[in-house]
Amino acid sequence: MKRTIHFTLNGAPVEADIAPHWNLVELLQREFDLFGARESCAQGLCGCCTVLVNGTAVSGCLFLAAFADGAEVVTIEHLAGGKLDPVQEAFLECGAFQCGFCTPGFVLMARELLRAHPDPDDDEIRHYLAGNLCRCAAYPEIVEAVKLAARNMRKGA
Amino acid sequence: MAAMGSGQVGRSVRRLEGAAKVTGRAEYVHNLRLPGMLYGKIVRSTVPHGRIRAIDTEAARALAGVHRVVTIADIRAVVPEPFYGPAFHDQPILAVDKVHYVGEPIAVVLAADPHIADAAAQLVVADYEELPAVYDEVEAMTSAAIVHDVLKPAGTFPDLKHLQGRHDTNVALDFHLRRGDLAKGFAEADHVFEHTFRTQQVLHLPLEPFVSVAEASGGADDGRLTIHTASQSPSFVRIEIARLLGWPENRVRVKVPYLGGGFGAKLYIKLEALVAALALVVRRPVKISLTMEEQFYTLTKHASTFRIKSGVKDGRITARQCEVWWNGGAYADIGPRITQKSGFTAPGPYDIENVHIDSYSLYTNLTPAGALRGFGIPQLVFAYESHTDMMARSLKLDPVEFRRANILREGRPQATGTLMQDAAIAAVLDRLAARMNWGKAFERGSGTTRRGRGIAIGFKASISPTTSIAIVNVAADGSATLYCSTVDMGQGSDTANAQLVAEVLDIKAEAVTVVHPDTDVTPYDMATLGSRSLFHMGNAVKLAAQDARDKIAALARELGLPEGSNVPVAELFQKKYKMQAGNIIGIGSYIPPYAPPDHDTGQTPNATPYWMVGAAGAEVAVDTETGQVRVTRLVNVADVGRPINPRIVETQLSGAAIMQLGFTMQEKIELDGGQIVNASLADYKIPSLLDIPTDIQSEAVEAEQQSGPFGAKGVGESGTFGVSPAIANAIDDAVGVRLTTLPLTAETLYRALRAAANEPLED
Repeated sequence: MKRTIHFTLNGAPVEADIAPHWNLVELLQREFDLFGARESCAQGLCGCCTVLVNGTAVSGCLFLAAFADGAEVVTIEHLAGGKLDPVQEAFLECGAFQCGFCTPGFVLMARELLRAHPDPDDDEIRHYLAGNLCRCAAYPEIVEAVKLAARNMRKGA
Repeated sequence: MAAMGSGQVGRSVRRLEGAAKVTGRAEYVHNLRLPGMLYGKIVRSTVPHGRIRAIDTEAARALAGVHRVVTIADIRAVVPEPFYGPAFHDQPILAVDKVHYVGEPIAVVLAADPHIADAAAQLVVADYEELPAVYDEVEAMTSAAIVHDVLKPAGTFPDLKHLQGRHDTNVALDFHLRRGDLAKGFAEADHVFEHTFRTQQVLHLPLEPFVSVAEASGGADDGRLTIHTASQSPSFVRIEIARLLGWPENRVRVKVPYLGGGFGAKLYIKLEALVAALALVVRRPVKISLTMEEQFYTLTKHASTFRIKSGVKDGRITARQCEVWWNGGAYADIGPRITQKSGFTAPGPYDIENVHIDSYSLYTNLTPAGALRGFGIPQLVFAYESHTDMMARSLKLDPVEFRRANILREGRPQATGTLMQDAAIAAVLDRLAARMNWGKAFERGSGTTRRGRGIAIGFKASISPTTSIAIVNVAADGSATLYCSTVDMGQGSDTANAQLVAEVLDIKAEAVTVVHPDTDVTPYDMATLGSRSLFHMGNAVKLAAQDARDKIAALARELGLPEGSNVPVAELFQKKYKMQAGNIIGIGSYIPPYAPPDHDTGQTPNATPYWMVGAAGAEVAVDTETGQVRVTRLVNVADVGRPINPRIVETQLSGAAIMQLGFTMQEKIELDGGQIVNASLADYKIPSLLDIPTDIQSEAVEAEQQSGPFGAKGVGESGTFGVSPAIANAIDDAVGVRLTTLPLTAETLYRALRAAANEPLED
């Protein structure tokens, strides 16, 4: 039943024995103790399970682990250069979360947004992040944080 | 505002756990795996009410990889009386003889692989003799369908001790309040208004679904249980599990890390009794993680019906009669407490001499209902503030002025007779009116887009009497650690409590460590609910820090140092022990004064230690061709006492308001013959970034709760109070149509618009 896959996880080459029905969240949790991508709705509708695969955000609950074979996988736990990135810093500064369960998904999607649109307006932010849900509804602070991160990144660039 | 000594209170300290949360490394129960752990999958009832004839587990047991299939007979071997609950001991760990709602747990499959447990659970088949069922709270008053044959009151809370078990009834609790002379009040009135409002069953829907893990050790006489659980009430869990097992409390340990949201769902016993019993049955650690769908079968918010009648003379309310029916679902949970504690504020924040309240908690064959952010208050405010506006419109009075003329002012008696104290109702109303530019002209739209605006104000009593205990440990280097059982489920209690400790000890809040609830380590706390923690635990934390500070001063005196010598704490320890050793333990215990209401009249001189006040204003744009409503502006104003952390206060206010916006505009559990038909995020939509107004404002008015820690009081729910009626009032203002049932969907409004135009749609 099990098969071995090889992929890059947060910059390091890894391998794992997986069952064909595992999704990416299970793979990360069971084999690598990475819990930042979380299954919540299990329908790809809440964004809690967001993972970057080959630079694109996917819903880890709907993405079969087998498809990670040969891919480059980045999770919220990855800290480039060992420190928080401008998006994470802005989330802290603006208090853009409460319980924190949805936060990894928002941070990863905000990074994607800012890569594509370095200077987004409110409307672009709302539409880009509409697939991430926050039941604590820290939405006003999240929009504020994305704008702060954008400003700081443009300053740094 | 008076200057604070250390500057720690009133400062927007970043959340202590922030870095862990933005890197995905915060600890949740969902992360936990233990060696040898089994995963449990619950098998659930498929009928709303029925006697269980048989449960066939054979096929499930035969599936490779299944460790065991457990039914109530197995549970009873370790828990002979398997019934729990905070108000009634009515809820079984697994169904006993009867099922009372669709989704009730009847068996559990255990396997080392959760996928195998899932697959096997599908193979368990139960046979039922179906019984008549009742779903509506008003019908339940007189229905021939009786949910429970015998009622079993608990005695856990002092203020629920008067509960009497009854037979042949679905009424779990009736609360009555009598003040003044109602008949006289109505006789005096020039106008009498009567309206009925209904609110729907909705879900807390924390993004972290319910999850609990239990591990057992030791033998029959020295056995111990450790329960890791996403719970808002670790102390209650410990006491209730110990009661179920007949064990002393100190053999049950309950540990709670961070919660991925709670909102009142994760209170009392949810999965804890089940995983505890399973761990004792199989002597291996057991974890149960519910799916999103299963949250719909665990706990909901009460649907309600509220009939309200008021008499008005010369713009003053002379009498008010309130009848409220709460749909409690199949088990009482904390419903009876809501019936009473929220029931007594049903007349609203108004000064009315003659008041009757009758509030009923009903059993029905639905998922049990419990506390949800506001504890019944949002249901009540929707009714009384819609009613207020309907009266003002009919009397051609300005809604703000009508409220001002009737509002409960400081020092005046509320319906219970308790005098209002530190309740900034008038200030909240004034600030809301100012932020809404109420006196100024308003652009009302044209053609098929009509605009309107509305306001609403509500209030809430705190729960009481309840206890909080805290310990502050100052180490030999002067660093401080706080031990308390308040659960940080996102509201920022760790950070706020650290600020209180830091303020007293004159250190930085960021330097305080907060130990998470662990009943072997952290002292008792009633629970994290009802916006009680900042007041109750906050007072205990402040007392504990003051106790530590006093002991530090005593140590300085013992060492012969002059008063006010200000020697660093580390040097005091060094002088006493000649090395870095020892510690100072400060203890704080807090319970506010309280007087229980009279059973017949509901009157009491002290109904609550403090009042929460929240108001909302909404501006809407209505598309008259579709009934679509867009809330363009939402303003929240509240009395939170003095904010400990202004940033977190603001997020609590707007977060609560947005959650209530979902309950107002879009959320509803849809039923078909007792079966929930929208039990997923695909079909049950919560607000996203595209569902909220672009203009959301929140304000905490200048206020002080004199009995609170540094003037503070709770804030978690106040943002919910006014949202639903403010929007209903704004819709009426825009198009002249009144909606009296939540949610305020486009379909409901379009039907009402067509009916108002004498062109009603067919059903």
